[in-house]
Amino acid sequence: MQLSTLTSITGIVVLAYILELLRRQQLREKYAAIWLCIGVVVAPLGFFPSLLDSTARSVGVASGVSLVLFAGFVLVLLVSLHLSWEASRLEAKTRTLAEDVALIRSRLAELPDGAEGGEAR
Amino acid sequence: MTPDGRRVLIILPAWNEADGLSAVLGEIKQQLPYVETLVVDDGSADRTAEVAAAAGSAVARLPFNLGVGGAMRLGYRYAREHGYDVAVQVDADGQHDPAYVPALLAHLGEADLVIGARFDGEGEYRARGPRRWAMALLSVILSRLTHTRLTDTTSGFRACNRPLIEFFARWYPVEYLGDTVESLVGAARCGFAVRQVPVAMRARTTGRPSASTVKAMIYLVRAGLVLLLAVIRRMPGELKELAPGSPSYAAYLEEQLARRQLATEG
Repeated sequence: MQLSTLTSITGIVVLAYILELLRRQQLREKYAAIWLCIGVVVAPLGFFPSLLDSTARSVGVASGVSLVLFAGFVLVLLVSLHLSWEASRLEAKTRTLAEDVALIRSRLAELPDGAEGGEAR
Repeated sequence: MTPDGRRVLIILPAWNEADGLSAVLGEIKQQLPYVETLVVDDGSADRTAEVAAAAGSAVARLPFNLGVGGAMRLGYRYAREHGYDVAVQVDADGQHDPAYVPALLAHLGEADLVIGARFDGEGEYRARGPRRWAMALLSVILSRLTHTRLTDTTSGFRACNRPLIEFFARWYPVEYLGDTVESLVGAARCGFAVRQVPVAMRARTTGRPSASTVKAMIYLVRAGLVLLLAVIRRMPGELKELAPGSPSYAAYLEEQLARRQLATEG
């Protein structure tokens, strides 16, 4: 089997999986944009691995494999940084929501003979 | 209400403190009949909320544990919504003696944030080794930042006035040491005045202090990191509109002046 068969199948599977997740609305659009770009870059490279070497040479990297390693590493770093950022934002929002819930509950407890008030009284 | 007409709320962040809480609340009620209390149940698994409510305190119950910083911002939001003039933070484990609260309140005229501090004459507590170095480092740097002498920067016994309630209701760090060190740095960097009042702290009625050397070393490193982050982090611009020098703060000062005049005439 040729190397290009393996890489092209991988490229197609990755692209198809991203599209399928999007179609089932499992991926929010803001994340989808990154992954679609990645898919669009990866798939043609799968069909024509030789593209990689010429691209590598044109940006001054000796070997295509080095370029893939480098680009892959930078990409993973950026994606995980993005996820940390999103997680921080989500935590801040959850915190505000939890406080809101507590404030509303204490308001309910202050109501005379409220249905919920009995519990905390 | 205090004799001079201020409404005071004591906020007690509590996490699984059902055992000692009723004694703490009882003592507050007996010594300070003019204050109201709010117990923030920080996602306790025990009967903290029920005990607090049975003792006659207001209760705000978080659906899960947020940590002291999260509990405190909730407390300040409650204080803001209910229009309190002063919020006092007191630990629910009984190590803070409510007898010192009037001393904290008395100094609020000259500062926005008053901290009840150990190592300042009162009490006998002494730390050793890395923990002491960490405390010394924090004291030196925070004293610089706040332009006042601070000996106990990690004290959770503190009182603040209305502009600072508004400030903390919007911004109160939830991370490690955020409830003490970072909140202090944030307030000082925005221009709020900080003072300390010497207090003696008691042995906790529940729980025990961590004392191992390894833990103290970790504490030193983390305290340094928290301090570094607190100093380099940018404060949101809208918070500065609450700080001394802003129109809203000037309005607050005028209001206080009028209240004091009313109190002396009455």
